[in-house]
Amino acid sequence: MFVNGVTLQNRGLPDSHRLSVYAGTGGYGALRRVLLDSMAPDQIISEIKKSALRGRGGAGFPTGLKWSFMPKGVTGTKYLLCNADEGEPGTCKDRDIMRYEPHRLIEGMIIGAYAMGASTGYIFIRGEFVEPIHIVEGALEEAYAKGYLGQNILGTDFSFDLYVHRGAGAYICGEETALMEALEGKKGQPRFKPPFPASYGLYGQPTTINNVETFASVPSIMAKSGEWFLNLGKPNNGGTKIFSVTGHVQRPGNYEVPMGTPFKELLEMAGGLRPGRQLKAVIPGGTSTPMVGGEAMMAVTMDYDSIAKSGSALGAGSVIVIDDSVCIVKVVERIARFYMHESCGQCTPCREGMGWLWRVMHRLENGQGREEDLQLLLDVGSRIEGRTICALADGGVAPVVSSVRLFREEYEYHIRHKHCLVDGGAA
Amino acid sequence: MLSEKSLAEIARERAKYPADQARSVLLAALRIAQEEQGYLSDAVMEHIAGLLGIPAIQVYEAATFYSMYDLQPVGRHKLCVCGSVSCFLNGSDAVLQHLSERLGVSPGETTADGLFTLQEVECLGACKDAPMLQVGDHYYENLTQESLDALLAKLRGESDDVR
Ligand SMILES: Cc1cc2nc3c(=O)[nH]c(=O)nc-3n(C[C@H](O)[C@H](O)[C@H](O)COP(=O)(O)O)c2cc1C
Ligand code: SF4
Ligand code: FES
Repeated sequence: MFVNGVTLQNRGLPDSHRLSVYAGTGGYGALRRVLLDSMAPDQIISEIKKSALRGRGGAGFPTGLKWSFMPKGVTGTKYLLCNADEGEPGTCKDRDIMRYEPHRLIEGMIIGAYAMGASTGYIFIRGEFVEPIHIVEGALEEAYAKGYLGQNILGTDFSFDLYVHRGAGAYICGEETALMEALEGKKGQPRFKPPFPASYGLYGQPTTINNVETFASVPSIMAKSGEWFLNLGKPNNGGTKIFSVTGHVQRPGNYEVPMGTPFKELLEMAGGLRPGRQLKAVIPGGTSTPMVGGEAMMAVTMDYDSIAKSGSALGAGSVIVIDDSVCIVKVVERIARFYMHESCGQCTPCREGMGWLWRVMHRLENGQGREEDLQLLLDVGSRIEGRTICALADGGVAPVVSSVRLFREEYEYHIRHKHCLVDGGAA
Repeated sequence: MLSEKSLAEIARERAKYPADQARSVLLAALRIAQEEQGYLSDAVMEHIAGLLGIPAIQVYEAATFYSMYDLQPVGRHKLCVCGSVSCFLNGSDAVLQHLSERLGVSPGETTADGLFTLQEVECLGACKDAPMLQVGDHYYENLTQESLDALLAKLRGESDDVR
């Protein structure tokens, strides 16, 4: 199997974050070819389209198509942003790309900027990531020194400046328009869409935003071809994807595998379950995606389409494995707390609803649940979904509603016996 | 109000953004001020407003919205324990409890000697290395009771490395 071969291919090398090491493995070769052959911007976009690369930040939007939305021939600056706000529980891949492969991200962004005519870019990194921030800043300095960034890159008439912008703590800034507000020095509250960023983004200018892993996939695609990348995965689900496997596995970690890899194999790579344990449930794409029962998950392959068929979503590829040692009510209560904390507060269904869901989960967990609470959770959920400015609220509903449907008996046991069906202890 | 060093750092950050977008440097200015002074007092926030030429209300808005800003003095070392789901599944409650017992404070409180503030926070993006916590610029991962005790001893020993 083709493992850890794209965005994390240099992770095992000493000093993999240095430009010399990256260049020694062919790094910046794709950029050189693009610029020195004066490749047409449209040709790059069509290569990315061929690769079937889809956004790795969670929504899975086709990257080539997104890039083609950037208007041509407008006056004023066009911006290119990288979303490195990584904060959804279970998601820890972008941090590793930045720590081990910062130049791959930077090269991907420069190629993107050339393809879309962007002249300024920002990498928005969550403020807590101090180590990755320093590494990326060091890598930017190296790239400037080598003439890959700045004025007249490699002697061409293409210029691009790229900076790090540090976040200050708020999961919601990962939502792309909230991120732009934060970049403008405001509270990170999402904007209504439309208008979409391609027409009205940062400072009201045309803007494209992609996730770290999305950009880091670009150099290999341009070096080897869109078709090569596509064929690593399967149609509509091109390439490889990093899965952050966490929770109840023996070797948690980031595993970059071809799209379509059976979940079973991914679980094995992550060391499998702890001895004597059964798989209870999996959250396949980060806490904003619905839970899947253990048995059903064993039949899933890791790609957008197969996971969607199981009733969930690939999301950011954050696979949270839950075994039979823990009470599902307790797990979901913990997840619900996250969304209550992180709601930015501007939509009533989200601001009130996330707190409401958590309070009901909390009383269930603490043995004060009532028979009608399960219906209440489903009703509250259905009144939130689709009625808010951004997807945070839907993400907060998903684990609650899916778990009530999957583990109704466990919830009911909790209500009747006023305590967990399993002894509830975490590891 | 702010040191020359901090002002120079803010000026460096300012250069990243277009000339007419002074407000973009606000998050950086608040961080730099907090690094120097330990927390954000009203006085320093008003000073920053003046520095950037923006209304003070815009500074308060940002300072109260983002979780990394402290509007009150905190302990010299802020122990931020991740309690989100992947860490929870790997024993973050026990980490919090262990620290609580060792320090004699509950989450949200500061020790009487002003050395430690204990806090439970949401996901820090290091879920594969659970359970974990952040102190200052550093992440400490795959925590055990032994590694926690060693960390506390280390922080007590060099309690002036932060700020
Ligand atoms: C509440 C919320 C949080 C998000 N957090 C992130 C994040 O941390 N990183 C990220 O890349 N995308 C995040 N997204 C998705 C972004 O809005 C956006 O779709 C993405 O950055 C686009 O890049 P991509 O097409 O390369 O995936 C989040 C979305 C929502 C609604
Ligand atoms: S859904 Fe929630 S987080 Fe998103 S904009 Fe509305 S209140 Fe804010
Ligand atoms: S859940 Fe603790 S770091 Fe992500």
